[in-house]
Amino acid sequence: MNEHSAGGDPSVPGGRWYDSDAGPLVRPYAMTGGRTKPGPGNVRFDLIALVVVDDDPPGPAEESLLGPEHRSLLALCRAETQSVAELAADADLPVGVVRVLLGDLLESGFVRVSRPVPPARLPDERILREVIDGLRAL
Amino acid sequence: MAYERSERTGAEDDADTALALKVLVAGGFGVGKTTLVGAVSEIRPLRTEERLSRAGELVDDTGGVDRKTTTTVAMDFGRITIRSGLSLYLFGTPGQDRFWFLWDELSQGALGAVVLADTRRLEDCFPAVDYFEHRRIPFVIAVNCFTGARAYGAHDVSRALDLDRGTPVVLCDARDRDSGKEVLIRLVEYAGRMHTARLLDTVG
Repeated sequence: MNEHSAGGDPSVPGGRWYDSDAGPLVRPYAMTGGRTKPGPGNVRFDLIALVVVDDDPPGPAEESLLGPEHRSLLALCRAETQSVAELAADADLPVGVVRVLLGDLLESGFVRVSRPVPPARLPDERILREVIDGLRAL
Repeated sequence: MAYERSERTGAEDDADTALALKVLVAGGFGVGKTTLVGAVSEIRPLRTEERLSRAGELVDDTGGVDRKTTTTVAMDFGRITIRSGLSLYLFGTPGQDRFWFLWDELSQGALGAVVLADTRRLEDCFPAVDYFEHRRIPFVIAVNCFTGARAYGAHDVSRALDLDRGTPVVLCDARDRDSGKEVLIRLVEYAGRMHTARLLDTVG
């Protein structure tokens, strides 16, 4: 990340890379065990699919087996219903990684995901009216 | 699949009742996409690790880097909460041509798109206009009126872009919240009209 210069420029004698300037400490897909696609369920998470915690989740024993990234995603979901895109931004993880991790959480019953919006289908007029009024009121 | 369960009850069933709408913000490099998204919503950067498409590999200089197959793409996105359970998500599409493949995913199920244009280099928005016309995604042209740029009327821009009749052209200031809101309102109104027209088409 060349545009970040706050950590010092290593090409200058005595300069050092700090924090994020040094690049990620762990390569992104290491967190998913090298998987780049969600598990056997083969769910494709849309960027705006909404993720909520399941109201009948597995017990604490199973939760303790989750990795740190799975747990931080779960914590974000518990705080608020969020889209896949927001979870990726908040967890500071690439979308592809988040999709794999969410696939795990879905399969083990920790979360549920909204149905993807069918292409070429628009919400009804009442909803669009509500959006327009809501935008005016912003 | 977990989301196929049907006999759910209870008011907490957020994911099944909540509605998220997607709007894309497209246009050439430096035309003000990030500015517009930031003017109307809280903006957050989004990273995706993407496999480079075959077309992308031709453009991307991978010389010296052995078998570089993924690349990080940054996008801007923002959320406007209309009410609890109804949100509008804005995605600034990556400008470079080699990221076209990302557009396909972004435009899936999108309500519509805003194509930002700068009259000093109108040709920069041609690819976006073509893209949305071919896929029949409702879009509006928002002419970002940069200071110092010669002012053209909406009609001139519409003619220069050879737009289909009815495609709205809005003059705007991408930095201004009210102006940005107006652009979005025009888009939602237009998307509604297009939808109704298509429904009538299929019925008649």
